[in-house]
Amino acid sequence: METKPTHLLQGSQLSCIRDDRILFEGLDFTLQAGQVLLLEGKNGSGKTSLLRILCGFREPDAGEVFWCGGAINDSQYYADMAYVGHLDGVKKELTVMENLKVSLALGQSGQYSIQQGLTKVHLADYDDVLVQALSAGQKRRLSLARLLITKNIVWILDEPFTSLDKQGIALIETLMFEHCASGGMIVLTSHHDIDLHGVDVQRINLS
Amino acid sequence: MSLSHAFFAIIRRDLVLALRRRSEIANPLLFFILVITLFPLGIGAQPNLLQAIAPGIIWVSALLAAMLSLDSLFRSDFDDGSLEQILLSPHPASILVLGKIIAHWLVTGLPLLIVAPLLAIFLGMPTHSLGILLLTLLLGTPVLSLIGAIGVALTVGLRRGGMILSLLVLPLYVPVLIFASNAVDMASSGLPINAQINILISILFMALVLAPWPTAAALKMSIN
Repeated sequence: METKPTHLLQGSQLSCIRDDRILFEGLDFTLQAGQVLLLEGKNGSGKTSLLRILCGFREPDAGEVFWCGGAINDSQYYADMAYVGHLDGVKKELTVMENLKVSLALGQSGQYSIQQGLTKVHLADYDDVLVQALSAGQKRRLSLARLLITKNIVWILDEPFTSLDKQGIALIETLMFEHCASGGMIVLTSHHDIDLHGVDVQRINLS
Repeated sequence: MSLSHAFFAIIRRDLVLALRRRSEIANPLLFFILVITLFPLGIGAQPNLLQAIAPGIIWVSALLAAMLSLDSLFRSDFDDGSLEQILLSPHPASILVLGKIIAHWLVTGLPLLIVAPLLAIFLGMPTHSLGILLLTLLLGTPVLSLIGAIGVALTVGLRRGGMILSLLVLPLYVPVLIFASNAVDMASSGLPINAQINILISILFMALVLAPWPTAAALKMSIN
């Protein structure tokens, strides 16, 4: 019988220096399947910098990030992760459907089809609407729909609740819960306290 | 999804975007036409002089039009975060970037080829050298997009990268300008031009193979 591979995201002795200011140093964490890593800290404490290090956009000034024991700069890690940042990463001149088709082409098809993904984030009737006609919250839900339609294990989310209303926040929390229950893992920053019953949430305070 | 699927999806996406924005196509083309039509007005009715400098005028205008269009290559993707998503794709970034460059050439370079014969006749260029002019533009303008992409990728993260971009890219455009306009010049006088065309072909293939990598690497640096 095939055993399920155990996925592991590790940071070891990470530090980040910006403009001669040490944001954090000697940071260690280990994240296993089904766990959530919540980064807390005040503005400018290096939450986004840490997320961008985990994405490979930034090199840590010291330390290393490992995915399943290997360095993250190989394509297997990029096939297993998805990132939603401050910027939505959607083109406003394209329709909702066209945007998601491009995202799908750039990755691998995941758990849900585009239509199912849109239904999940309550945008089912918007598939042929230009993104510039959407509200900020709808755009955010669209960029989160990307997580559902592509194959991935690690979600890296930078303030995912920005510009979402109460129902939106509850919706994302449900999606996060489902993702963890099916063996995924999430790293996120948030000013809101997240409400995930039965999910192992690790917290790192960067302040 | 396969790499070729991703590659064509990027080209398709950029073409659709260009069609919906339109000014991206119109700006360089309009610039190209305007500059060339202004020359005869400035120089006056001297057919021999115009005919002699026509290859130079057309090529310099094409080069400046290409420079003008460069910034649009990665700007909007950089601003709205799409670039991050492209670079996070498991597919090689250099191939996806090549897709973007090809789409950019189709939108900004190809229209120049279409109007160039008309403008060449307007400048009094002999009709037997029109084919050579088109050939040099066909070989040369993709090189302008490919080399330019490296420069834009390096400067897209800067607030005012325009000046640096010109300084970076223009010297690298010079060989294309020299060989292309020289080829058209020689063809007008009925001389053989195999050497120039071969050099342009080799420059094109070298740029095609070598430019996407530094472009992808520079983009990764820029989004840092």
